[in-house]
Amino acid sequence: MADTGRPFGLLAELTHRCPLHCTYCSNPVELLTRDRELTTEQWQDTFDQARKLGVLQVHLSGGEPLLRRDLPELVRHASRLGCYVNLVTSGLGLTERRAAELAGCGLDHVQLSLQDASETEADRMAGTTAHRTKLAAARIVRDLGLPLTVNVVLHRGNLDRVQEICLLAKDLGAARLELANTQYYGWALRNRAGLLPSAGQLNRALETVRQMRRQLGESMQIVYVTADYYEPYPKPCMHGWAARQLTIAPDGTVLPCPAAQVIKDLSWPRVTDRSLADIWYHSEGFNAFRGTAWMSPTCTACPRKEIDFGGCRCQAYLLTGRAEATDPVCGKSPDHHLIEALVAAPGDAEPVMRGYR
Amino acid sequence: MRPRLLPGVRISYDDVRDRTVVLYPEGVLMPNSTACAVLVRCDGRTSVAQIVDDLRAIYADVDSADVLGLLRRLAADQLLTLEPSDG
Repeated sequence: MADTGRPFGLLAELTHRCPLHCTYCSNPVELLTRDRELTTEQWQDTFDQARKLGVLQVHLSGGEPLLRRDLPELVRHASRLGCYVNLVTSGLGLTERRAAELAGCGLDHVQLSLQDASETEADRMAGTTAHRTKLAAARIVRDLGLPLTVNVVLHRGNLDRVQEICLLAKDLGAARLELANTQYYGWALRNRAGLLPSAGQLNRALETVRQMRRQLGESMQIVYVTADYYEPYPKPCMHGWAARQLTIAPDGTVLPCPAAQVIKDLSWPRVTDRSLADIWYHSEGFNAFRGTAWMSPTCTACPRKEIDFGGCRCQAYLLTGRAEATDPVCGKSPDHHLIEALVAAPGDAEPVMRGYR
Repeated sequence: MRPRLLPGVRISYDDVRDRTVVLYPEGVLMPNSTACAVLVRCDGRTSVAQIVDDLRAIYADVDSADVLGLLRRLAADQLLTLEPSDG
């Protein structure tokens, strides 16, 4: 496509290995093992290609990226290319020494996940004792002078503690708190019945967020990512398909978003097979839903089509089997009854911890 | 007021796009040349009045209200802080 722009951000999923077992994880249910991961040299070459393509931000994620022993080399490489380097971590393994080494390699920012404000509940969600280590990791990041964002995925089990979560993040010295309602992909989709909140919970949580914003002012920014199942319109997923970002899975599979591999009708090349630029500009998968020509009649006729881009292609595929369908979250979608039924009766299934089958 | 970029925000030059960019935790900003001239002076030492004076040496028709408006928008986006001035 002639009018395809350059990407700004690369989400590099360095590994699927992770010490945590969160049931809300958006990683695929089929987790890749270590022997499938790209090598140090392959990642460095990928970063070179990404920078030439226009990428300015590299988010090193996973899994837990700290499980890659070559993480400092990867940080240094991306930083030297001029990229803004963000570490997305659970904090497990982020010792003072490791953090200082990464900072010395040019790390710009740390995004640390917490599961909850309650230690018991946080560790229950993580499936391991993790909470105290995470609090220590936050302080290590702050002591190094690195900007810290705390990220908490919200669900039925922790939405009633949003105030405690805000105060904890503030106490940890976070410049930013991202409260992100669960997105139902991967393990989270599998565990949806146990994670979906009630509308009342969401309303109370949103009111608390407003109150905490007033109370904390500019000292900590609070970003709230809404629960899209309960919204009248879908999220503007990725600001449009393959428009600004790309994701690379641990085995080098190049994707427009972290979930795209669920769309089985499309083929997903690896960075070891084709150049990143060729994949970005010319691959079938990346071009499948660019622009508006692919849209369903519902979206084509909609004045919001350039605002929310038809919502999320992966969600449309997962819920209807058709990736080009209007996101069923949208009140105008002919499939919206699917969402209404889920929200009306979320159920209460036993969760499957990530990594267990 | 002496505006200062917040920690984690940095100004960089993108040789792929051949332009100045602002990198921050969650995004990339591509400021126009006037906004660039303002941003590079947000060092916590230069006052808003001084920034306006500097800009007037480069550009015609610099409106101090426009500069302040830009600074307030960038502060709202958590890119800089408008520290109170001592005098």
